[in-house]
Formats: sequence, structure tokens, C-alpha cells
Amino acid sequence: MQSTSAPLLEVEDLRVRLRTPRGPAEVVNGLSYAVGRGETVAVVGESGSGKSVSVLALLGLLPVRVATVTGAARLDGEDLLTMPPERLREVRGPGVGMVFQDPMTSLNPVLTIGRQLVEGIRAHGEVSKAAARERAAGLLAEVGLPDPQRALDRYPHELSGGMRQRVVIAIALAHNPSLLIADEATTALDVTVQAQILDLVAGLQSEHGTGVVWITHDLGVVAGIADRVLVMYGGRCVEDGSVDDVLERPAHPYTRGLLGALPDLASSGDGELATVPGVPPAPTDLPAGCVFWPRCPVRSDPRCETEQPPLAVVGASTGGLPHRAATWCEEGSPR
Amino acid sequence: MTDLPQGPTAHARGVPASDVPASPVPASDVPVSGVLVSARGLEVHFPVRSGNALRRTTGLLRAVDGVDLDIHRGETLGLVGESGCGKSTLGNALLRLVEPTGGTVTFDGTDVTGLDRRGLRDLRRRAGMVFQDPFASLDPRRTVRQTVSEPLEVHGLRSGRQERSARVAELLELVGLDPAVADRYPHEFSGGQRQRVGIARALAGEPDFLVCDEAIASLDVSVQAQVLNLLRRLQRQLGLTLLFISHDLSAVRHVSDRIAVMYLGRVVEVGPAAAVGSDPKMPYTQALLSAVPVPHPALERTRQRVVLGGDVPSPANVPSGCRFRTRCPYVFEPCPDVDPALQPVGAPGQLAACHLHGVVGRPVEQEDAVPAPAD
Repeated sequence: MQSTSAPLLEVEDLRVRLRTPRGPAEVVNGLSYAVGRGETVAVVGESGSGKSVSVLALLGLLPVRVATVTGAARLDGEDLLTMPPERLREVRGPGVGMVFQDPMTSLNPVLTIGRQLVEGIRAHGEVSKAAARERAAGLLAEVGLPDPQRALDRYPHELSGGMRQRVVIAIALAHNPSLLIADEATTALDVTVQAQILDLVAGLQSEHGTGVVWITHDLGVVAGIADRVLVMYGGRCVEDGSVDDVLERPAHPYTRGLLGALPDLASSGDGELATVPGVPPAPTDLPAGCVFWPRCPVRSDPRCETEQPPLAVVGASTGGLPHRAATWCEEGSPR
Repeated sequence: MTDLPQGPTAHARGVPASDVPASPVPASDVPVSGVLVSARGLEVHFPVRSGNALRRTTGLLRAVDGVDLDIHRGETLGLVGESGCGKSTLGNALLRLVEPTGGTVTFDGTDVTGLDRRGLRDLRRRAGMVFQDPFASLDPRRTVRQTVSEPLEVHGLRSGRQERSARVAELLELVGLDPAVADRYPHEFSGGQRQRVGIARALAGEPDFLVCDEAIASLDVSVQAQVLNLLRRLQRQLGLTLLFISHDLSAVRHVSDRIAVMYLGRVVEVGPAAAVGSDPKMPYTQALLSAVPVPHPALERTRQRVVLGGDVPSPANVPSGCRFRTRCPYVFEPCPDVDPALQPVGAPGQLAACHLHGVVGRPVEQEDAVPAPAD
């Protein structure tokens, strides 16, 4: 699914620093990736790894007073980070659709579903109310909401979590965005509803060629939908590559630890789960050297504690994507 | 002992479970060490009130609707189901944290539903609970020592500050925390550490039975594994009986000896973890399992997924007959008319409530079709 032409989104050396009461926090430290048309890039990491902040920064959704964003993020060649606010408002919606984790907080509880959809549709382009309503009903049907005409007059609290998330996705897709960013979009949902939503997004993607950035901590979801995976830890990308490379042949000790910590559905748990000892570092207090070394089970290289390892190609890669990891550890125990 | 495969239909308040016709008792290879907790025809119905000023009761929300379940001494029973299926309410009802509206719960031979205050206090000591959110379930203004020693004071387990202090240190060590942290406040801890404090508190009364309600849901993946390992170690070490309630099927599969699956207030399948996890007999369990993504790309690409249509019906308006029939891909004639009972099917000790394995159950009565008005 890799496109030969220029990628849809190209993020280059993205850095985000936040001002916090505990001092400056380096939340994102030099993130680079590209998303092709029709391609799905999964950004994986635990809470505090900077995965959400990294996409909020792309769309200028971080408060300017506390956040300093540097680097470049080109959507169809146009840099989102240096764009004037008016132009950015035009891009959000038609260019980039966004779905957040909690559908209850991303919908306005006192407005009907219809009003929220119509508002989004009319914000970009001259459309009559009636036509926008028509389009809104069509969108709800497209995301598989039963009885869309009636749903338009309902309030968010009258819908189940899965239905609400579908409404949020409908809003995000209202203008056929070329890029969809989903931040833990199915985390709050049951697995059965999650399966419906993932099917839905895959369908829309193959139909419209939408590029997708899917932020999640669920490696199972990643295995199902991603073409390319980016593992974040302590605000850095510690490993990236094709989904097969990263999940089946993880090279970074952190990725290995993450995969080893997952209980396996196919086998009973007589053995202990492998754990990653300790907790992720606070972004205000990142360790020198490799960000993972204080928790790393295989650290042995003297450089671990002093020198930051570069993202370097490891082993053979599949699917035309380089498989890279930022670690001094040459080989660890296989997964 | 196995779960009695009796008619799981709604019991009126006070009707003994034995009045319901029972189907053949299945053979079982589950280690017979006795039943610690047992529910029969357990119901928790909440009145649904209309929004107007009169607050008239307009319906019944059947959160738990006729659950038959046995939890064996020393086992971990995993309880899974989608949100809203009543699994948390069931866990609460077993400990009488919510009042059952029908059926019985026995704990170590005693009927919990009839306990007075003193009896309840004893139950609270012998049965503990670990809650989902370690940020909400610890009092932010109390130190770890105060939180963990409260059960000791309430139950008069250790007299004197010194003894209690020693016991707190012992408990903290048991859950893998440094006893030196006893005088810190919850905000000084990470989520995983807080959950350990919650577990220490639950263990303070030296309980026989522990209900873990989504105890790992709010933790990061790598921390989840730490807490799962801790729970398993504690269970072996202390001989605990665990009810592990979770929507995470992989985690449940990992920790459980047996698994019970809930749908719309009813246990629809139960059995040894290996059988339910690998060869489920109830279409709902099959769909639920097939929806769980596994972290293997090649497997994920080729896997056949049973995608269920629609949403879970409201527990205030439960379908007649088999409650899963509105979403079931195999629905046939008896489904709307007969409420299926749990019957032995598949592996020894495995029970499923599904007509595909023979029509067993109670025919739908007229009054069941419409939710009965509350008294």
C-alpha cells in the first residue's frame, strides 16, 4: 500500500515543549514519519509517551501560551505548523478529520446530533440548511447508524457509546478528509463495537483513499489495521517499521517488553507475564542517554546511560519500509 | 460441583430456587473443593422512573436477571461481558453492596441476603473488593497507612497502634510496596502503585474472597502485567478465591480457572477457561472472542471475525425468549418462545444457554413479554 508519489502527511523532527508548574516538559522529542494515501500508520505508546500531544500539535490544538512546537508537518506539501490560523481552520475538517477517545466529551450534550453535524458541514462551504441536513443523514447512514433521520433529532445521551463514536466519526468524515487522525478512538468501546468501527474505517479508507493516523496502546488493534507502526516512549520514536517487522520481530527492548506483557488469548496463563519493571519517565525529568535505560532489562552497553541512541536500521525489512530502532542493544532475547 | 443448570428465568421475590425444574446435572472435572459463593436465580432490578415531577415508576431495568453461578473455593472465576451487561452489579450483589431484589446468594453456606448488620460486617471482612479506578477509590486526604489500617480497626483485628502498624507494613510488603511509603498520600503514587494500595486494603481483613472489578482497566499495558502477576501470586500464597470481572478477554483468559460470560443480566456460558476460551458453544461468546484483536499481523489479516449487528438491547426492555436472539446469527424457531437454560455442552463442566444444543428452558409466559410494573 505504499505510494510512490509524495506522501500525504510528512512530519519532520516534530518537537513539543510544554511549560508546566514543574518546569519545562519535553513531551515530543524529534518525531519524523510519513503517511501515504490509503495508508494506516499506528502510533503506539503508554500514557505519557507523547502520542496524543504529537497529533494535537499538528493541528494547532495545543494552547499557544504553554506549548512550543517546532519542526515541520506538511499536509500535501503545505506546512501545518506555520500556517496562519484562518488557513488552519479551513484545513481542519476538509483536510484532516479528527476522532478523540471519549465520544461523550467530544459531542456537545445540549445540542442534537443533527445540529452538530449540520454545523460542521456548513462551516466549510455554502450549503443550505436542508441540504446539510440531508447530507448529515447520509453520513450517519454511511457509518452504519440505524434510522439516521430519527438519530438527527436525538441528543448524545440518548445514544450508546458505540453509536456516539460513530457520530463523531461521521462528523470527522463530513468533508471526506484526506487524512483521518484517531486518538484512542475505540479504547472506550467494547470489543464487538470496536470491530464494527474498525471495519467501518477500513471500508471508508479503501473507498476514499484516506490516510489514517491511529493512536492506540492496543497492539491487537495495531496488528489488524496498521501498515506501518511507530512505537513512542518518553516522547521519542524508539522503533518504527512495517507492522509485521515491529510486532513479529521487535528490536527495541521496550517493544519486546510491551508485547511480552500482553496476556495471550490463545493460551492459558500458567506462566507469569513478562513485565517491564518500573513506570514510564515523567516528561519533565527524562533520563539522559537512552530514554528507556532505567527500566531496560538488557542494558549492557556503556553508552546506554549517557548517549542517546539514533534511530538506525535493524536487520532485513519487509514491505519496502525500513525497520528502525533507537537502541544500543544489538540483540536481545527473541520474543 | 458445577453451576446448577436450572431455569434461569425470573424468580419472584422469595421463591426458592428449587421450585424451578432442573435439567440433568452434568459431570464435571473441576477440582471439587467446595463452593464458596453461590448465586441462585439472583436478580437485581432497578425501577425506571419517568422524568416528570410525580416520579412514577415506568419500568424495570433488569441489571442482573436470574443468574445462577457457583464460585469454587480457591479458584479464579473470570466474569466477562460488554459494558452494561450487569457484570459489576453482579459482583456488587454477591457482596450485598447492592441489594438483590430476588434470588439468593450464599457465602460459605450462609444466606447473605438475610444477614443483619453484624452478619454483614463479618461478610465485609471475609469478602473484599478491588475497584477499577485507583484514583477514585482511595481517599486523597488519607495516608496509605490510614487507608490500609482502617479495616483492621473496624474489624478489631489488631489492637494497638504498634500492632496495626506492623500489619500495615506486612500488607504493603505483600503487595510489593516498600513499607516506608506508608505515610505518603495517594497522589504521590502512580496508578499501578495505587492499585497495589487498594489490593493491600482489600487484603487487610484476611478475606477468603476477593472481587476484582475491572482492577486493571485503568492501568498501562506494562503495569497491567505487574498487577495481574501480583493477583495470581497472592491467590496462590493466600489461597484466595477470586472473582475477576473484566471486559479484557485476554487478561481474563490469562488469570482464570473458569470463565463466565454475561449478556444482558444473565450468565449465558460458563466453564473451564480453556474450553470457553478456545471452544465456546454460545454464539455470543464466539462473537465476543472473535472480536478480540491479537497482536499478530498475519493472524489478524486471515482471521474470520463474527461481527455482530446492532447494539446490546436495553436491560429495561429485554427480548423475550433468548435474550441474545436480536443479534444472533443462528436464530431459529424456539428462540423467541423459550428462555434457554444453561445446559451441559462441550467440555466437562462447560454450560451454555443456547437452543442450538437442544431446546431446554422455560417457555415464555405472557407476563414476561411486558416488563412487570414494580410494587
